[in-house]
Order: sequence, then structure tokens, then C-alpha cells
Amino acid sequence: MAIKERMSGNEAVSYAIRQVNPDVMPAFPITPSTEIPQMVSTYIANGEMDTEFIPVESEHSSMSAAIGAEAAGARSLTATSSAGLALMWEELLLAASNRLPLVLTLVNRTLSGPININCDHSDGMGARDTGWIQIYAENNQEAYDNFIQAYPIAEDTRVHLPVMICQDGFITSHAVENIELLEDDKVKNFVGEYEPEEFLLNPGKPIAVGPYSVSNYAMEAKKNQEIAMENSKEVILEIAKKFKDMAGREYGLFEEYKTQDADYIMLIMGSAAGTAKQAVDELREQGKKVGVLKLRVFRPFPAKEIAEALKNCKAAAIMDRCESYNGNGGPLGSEVTAGLFYHKVNIEAVNYIYGLAGRDFTISDVNSVFAELEDMVVNGKEVEQHKYIRLR
Amino acid sequence: MKNGIEIRWHGRGGQGAKTAALLLADVAFKTGQNVQGFPEYGPERMGAPITAYNRISSDKIRVHSNIYHPDYVVVVDETLLDSVDVTAGLKANGAIIINTAKSRAEIEKHLKGYTGRVYTIDARKISMDTLGKNFPNSPMLAATVAVSEVMPREDFFREMSASYQHKFAKKPEVIDGNMQALEMAFEELEEDIENDKVSLSA
Repeated sequence: MAIKERMSGNEAVSYAIRQVNPDVMPAFPITPSTEIPQMVSTYIANGEMDTEFIPVESEHSSMSAAIGAEAAGARSLTATSSAGLALMWEELLLAASNRLPLVLTLVNRTLSGPININCDHSDGMGARDTGWIQIYAENNQEAYDNFIQAYPIAEDTRVHLPVMICQDGFITSHAVENIELLEDDKVKNFVGEYEPEEFLLNPGKPIAVGPYSVSNYAMEAKKNQEIAMENSKEVILEIAKKFKDMAGREYGLFEEYKTQDADYIMLIMGSAAGTAKQAVDELREQGKKVGVLKLRVFRPFPAKEIAEALKNCKAAAIMDRCESYNGNGGPLGSEVTAGLFYHKVNIEAVNYIYGLAGRDFTISDVNSVFAELEDMVVNGKEVEQHKYIRLR
Repeated sequence: MKNGIEIRWHGRGGQGAKTAALLLADVAFKTGQNVQGFPEYGPERMGAPITAYNRISSDKIRVHSNIYHPDYVVVVDETLLDSVDVTAGLKANGAIIINTAKSRAEIEKHLKGYTGRVYTIDARKISMDTLGKNFPNSPMLAATVAVSEVMPREDFFREMSASYQHKFAKKPEVIDGNMQALEMAFEELEEDIENDKVSLSA
């Protein structure tokens, strides 16, 4: 029986953390994720969970401490945003390459500069090649559900990689919305106890974590890490299936919303996907064949599956809430178009940059994007392949 | 979201406009509705203009943008009227509710020709009379419910009472004052709302 509640995204993730009750949580506060360690601390102070909370002096230390705890065999967690994630950069790579299945709950916020506290995906995208699995949420419900699935994915022996559970700063982290929660025992059973096969504090079976590797071995270690990322795709789908059996809510690598017969598809990630779906419903009433592909799993990147999902449309809008500063497009623009090429899908595509540093994204923005795609296909309008919307 | 209402709150940092929006989401949720309550942050500091929003609907709410064409606007601090375009996009068949000691006629001059309904309420006075302190958000919340009729009055009072009992479990002396503040706000607006209904249906 689902528990009907109303919560902000930060409250929802904190509630899930209480239910999972990991062993160790080092954290350092940064807007807009600060509420998560704050709420978890309150749960601990009230005796509602017994996670060891470690207040540290920086995010460099919070990720280092989480790595140490995880290597010692403790299920570990931290939370951060923006510059906090940037300060963890070296440790993010260590967590992944040492194959430590810890979880980071990221509340997406832009990176400086200009300094700004609002949402875009530049922090998460900045960490896109650090070897972490990354799962993005549309709303508080998905942030909650994704967090519950995080450890079962990370700890699977085919994976053994850290997982980043991402949600949009303020837009979902600070918005109170309806949510359906699961009972504590259901969540605990789903996530299970953590029983690492190998760990540092294991008398009689010593291991080294993070030793020097000579060139004769290091490349194989890196390839193994890549294989784990490839494996994680099927594990993510298996866990999603188990989650559906338990909770009734369905998840995949991405959600296809009214795309089956769509001429024009918007590929988008995070909270803006909800706005896009609402716009699609209204455009469908006017007879427009439009749909939304909402990317949930950004790492591993489901290039082949996306190409398959887009192959029958006439044009796709690839929406990036992040600029790559490469003179060529955003991260999704680059990776989606590469995927289309490799899988021989020859459709029109435009890479739109939207919502940087909290710039709003509305139904009328979605409408104008679909109108432009149609104008391009039907009337041959020339459209830049890398363009900004709502830019003043 | 096809059915339902959208509300925009204008206040200054520290006055509780965000809290009021979250309280409204809370109480609407308890009466079985789908809700959204969220703030828009700029540079966070006491006294800076802030905006908060509510969507309340019988439908699932998926949109995650700010609100540009609200059904209702609530102004918690009247000194914002000269610096913020509070009626921007406000629907003509909607209403604006302003915390002020001034009369409707006086305040209408500051509303750039807005043609919809205008309500004034002296939330500061109500708060001082009932709580002895200036906490305008309770009366403004009641005024918003009274004007928008987003839920039946008795449901609102029942849920707010339960909410205050919980929130002020360790300070029960302020529960009565807060409930009184809600009632006074409803009473102050009752006549204006009824008169407007008559003129709207005429």
C-alpha cells in the first residue's frame, strides 16, 4: 500500500536514505543539496537511523572519506552540488577505478562562473568521464525511486561501480510535490544487506586498494572498468524490473513518451522533461505528431537504444542543459549524434542549449522548438545545429 | 495540467512568502489535491524581493517552469508595488490580494490598470492583534484561500488547525492566535468577495 505524501526532492531523497540506512555518510554542505545532510543528521539525532555521519571540512574530504569507508567494507554515501562535485574530481576517478560501489546524491547546480546557485547540468556533465553511473530524475518521485535502486545496481558483482543519483537543483530539490513512498521494510528488503566479497578490514584476506599499477597492467584495469560500465546497462534494467514488481513504477534507460508515431522528438533530461510532456499533450490535441524521449540513464550512455528509438522520426531536438565550450555543441548533442551516425540513422537533428544557470524553460519554449523542427523539415528552413533558446 | 489554479506570491526575503506557498501546498495536499509549491531564488538576503509559486490541480502536475499567467497574485509586502511588476501576466478573470492598510481605491492606482478583482487586507494589523508580532503569512494564506476558493472553508480550517497543533506542539499558546488570524482574514474579505460575486454575475 503506497504511502501518499508531499515532499520536496531533497526531503524525498533524505527519506530514502533513512530507509536504506547506509553505514557511513561523510558530507560537506553546499546549496542546493545542503538540506540532505541536514535532514539525515536530524534522522540520526532522533534515533531513526544509525548511519555514521562524518562532518568534514570540504568535498575533497567527503569523497575521500566515503572512498575510505567503502573500501573498508561499509556501504557509503555522500551528497553535493556544483563546485562541491568539482572539488571531488580526483576522488571521483578513484572511486570508480577502485570499483567502489558508493552512492552520491547530486543536486544539479551550475558551475562557476558567473557564480550562480541555480540549476543546470554542468556539474554532472563535468563528471561524465569519471567512470560513475549517472541516473537523472524528472521529479521528486523519480529521485526517491532512483536512490532506492542505486545500491543494488552499484553493488552487483557484474558492475561494482559508484552511482550518482541526480536531480535538478531548486526545480525539484526545493519544490514540494505529491509523492508515493514505500514502506521501510519493503525498501530494506529491496536493497538488502551489503556483503562485499573483498574489503580492506578483512582479517585473513588482505587486499590493497589503489596501489601503483605498471603499464603492463594498468590498461587492462581500465578496460575492465569499461566492461563493468557496459555490463551495468543490463543490471540497471534488471533492477528496474524488480523495482516495478515491488513498487509498480516502471523505469528504463529512458522513457519514450508518445514517440511511436512521432515525426518530431525532443530528447531531454531532468525536470524539463515534465514540461515537455505537458507541451506534447497540448500539441497532440492540435494534431501535431510529436513526442519526448526522456533520458534517465546518462552513464552508461545508451547510444544504440536511442538511435533505435529515434530512427523513424523526421527530426530530433537534442536538449542540453549544459554548454561544453567545445565550439560544437553540448554533451548530449555530441553523444546522441555520434550514436545516430554509428547506427546508420540519418535524421535531422538540432542541438539546443537551454536552462543554463537557472534560466527558465517553459511550455512555449517546447512549442517553439517543435515549430522550428517542422519548419526545417517541411519548408527547408536553415537552422543552426547548435543554438541557444531563450537567450536575451 | 488542464484543471486547477496557479498562484504567484511576491514578498521579501524573511517575510515568509515561501513558507506561505509551501503551507498552501501542504493544506491543499491534505484535501486530496495534486500540488506544487516552490520558491524562485535570486541572491538570498533578508529584504530582497522573492517570488514563490503554487500549482494546485485535480490532475497530475508535470510542468516545472515558473508561472507567467497566474490566476492569483499575492503581495505580502506592499512596498514591492513600485519596484516589481506584480500584475504581469495576471489573468483578468483572476485576482490580486495585497497586504496593506490602504483602501482598494488607493491601491488600485499602483496596479498599472489591472482590470481584475483587487483585494486588500491588513495582515500586519491582524497579526499584531492576534499574535502580538508581525507574521503576515498566516492571514495572507487565509486570504488566498478565501479569494481563490481552492478548497472549502471548513476543510481549510480543519487542516490548518491540525497543522498548527503539530507544528506548535511545544508552543501551544500560539495555536489559538494563529487560528484567530486565519478567521479574521476570512472575515475581513468576506464582504468584498460576496459583493464581487454579485457584480460578476450581474
